[in-house]
Amino acid sequence: MYEYEYKTLEELSHRAVQHDIRIAEVVIRHEMETSEQTETAVRQCMASRLEVFRESIEAGLSDTGTSVSGLVGGDADKLAHSSGRLLGSLARKAEMYALAVSEANAKMFKIVACPTAGSCGIVPAVLTAVSEELGTSPQENVEALFTAAGIGAVVARNASVAGAVGGCQAECGTAAAMAAAAAAQLAGGSDDAVLQAMALCMKNTLGLACDPVAGLVEVPCVKRNACLAVMAVGAAEMALAGIRSVIPPDEVISAMAEIGRMMPVALKETSDGGLARTGTGKAVARRLEKEMKES
Amino acid sequence: MSVFDIVGPVMIGPSSSHTAGAARIGLMARNILKDEPEKALITVYGSFAKTYKGHGTDKALVAGLLGFSADDTRLRDSFSIAAEKGLEITLQRSDEEVDHPNTVRIAMTGKNGNQAEILGVSLGGGKIEIREINGFEVSLNGEEHTLITLHRDQPGIIAQATTIMAIGHINVSTMKVFRSGKHANAVMIVCTDSPVPAEMVSLIGNISAIESVITLAPL
Repeated sequence: MYEYEYKTLEELSHRAVQHDIRIAEVVIRHEMETSEQTETAVRQCMASRLEVFRESIEAGLSDTGTSVSGLVGGDADKLAHSSGRLLGSLARKAEMYALAVSEANAKMFKIVACPTAGSCGIVPAVLTAVSEELGTSPQENVEALFTAAGIGAVVARNASVAGAVGGCQAECGTAAAMAAAAAAQLAGGSDDAVLQAMALCMKNTLGLACDPVAGLVEVPCVKRNACLAVMAVGAAEMALAGIRSVIPPDEVISAMAEIGRMMPVALKETSDGGLARTGTGKAVARRLEKEMKES
Repeated sequence: MSVFDIVGPVMIGPSSSHTAGAARIGLMARNILKDEPEKALITVYGSFAKTYKGHGTDKALVAGLLGFSADDTRLRDSFSIAAEKGLEITLQRSDEEVDHPNTVRIAMTGKNGNQAEILGVSLGGGKIEIREINGFEVSLNGEEHTLITLHRDQPGIIAQATTIMAIGHINVSTMKVFRSGKHANAVMIVCTDSPVPAEMVSLIGNISAIESVITLAPL
């Protein structure tokens, strides 16, 4: 039995109250006790993940080419060079960075799976955008990422973070919930607000299907990362205003797990339903198959 | 579960199963060959056969064969690096039914004449399993120090090998033994908490009935 172990978000909050520390610190201490690593080593490892976030944002913004399939690429650049008529600067950056990282992923650049490669744009985008706009310190960023990671670990334990198991709600839905929590923490929210941000966000991705065109991590994944990054910011804003989710965070996770179990296999990464089976989706798949045979 | 499995792994995109997992299978194949590969015949099955191009599965498998890890940026250019290094790649797709959708078979010849053939599956999230080595059913995940013996099934082999490890204070975490039949070819897979030192490996290799010993470090 570990001193800082948590299996649910309620236990995570309880541990924080019990030791009079933030939930980020509980996550750090639990990682230390299970991995038998020093605090410096554990913090350094997370800091190195933040450096890769930065690299993948830069790769996605500077490379304007397309992926091998030709389906995605160049849209982060389009957004960067548009005048930006609707979103505020923070949400706009979050959207642009999420496109950049997801495009970088599709184009075989280095990324951090967060929690998965298909959902790798959301957490880096939101965390970086919030950090830049609010001027948070590297230490605060590392701690916000530990909070997000601890929440993701609870979701993985009690539901799933795999599209093949729970659909896209499990991948991008979890990523957005993690991002909302990190944003709330960076903006000065209490641990309660952090967990409320997580719940408010996750409730709005429940039921999301994983229906990638031609089985690739491109359509709709790349633009979905961008839209969900903006949603994460919105959820955090509500939580910071004291708005609460009627359904508590752990129950939202249970609901996600249940919906994942009920979801047909055709909507769980098999490309047998949804966008993958639209006329255009099927035509793209046929074209790529033909190109592969000819090469 | 480590939080670094949630915020991580660091990898080359786009897919943890089809890219990162594929690179790890390639790397395991290279480690099993124990030689610089010169020729590789790669057969992809199931989902790997359907989507390998778009996921860069082919590039990732070759990167692994070249000794690159799943987060090595050279993965994108593995085919041209393979050509420079004189690694000849033949890739073929198979529509044969397989147990797992992400399956690949790699038959390799090394520069020193070593030969090996493995069957690997990518389980998701970058996790992999090697299910066959040279026609033998095995189960390797590349996450622990592993010692593999190829030997003839006879009494005492397991005891002799583990005694050598016990004397050297090597702690065994898991152990599996497979054989094709009584007194026929057999495989022993021993996972250990620390690496088995070279001198101990050669002592184990000297046990009569043991034909060869392969040691693998975690990926």
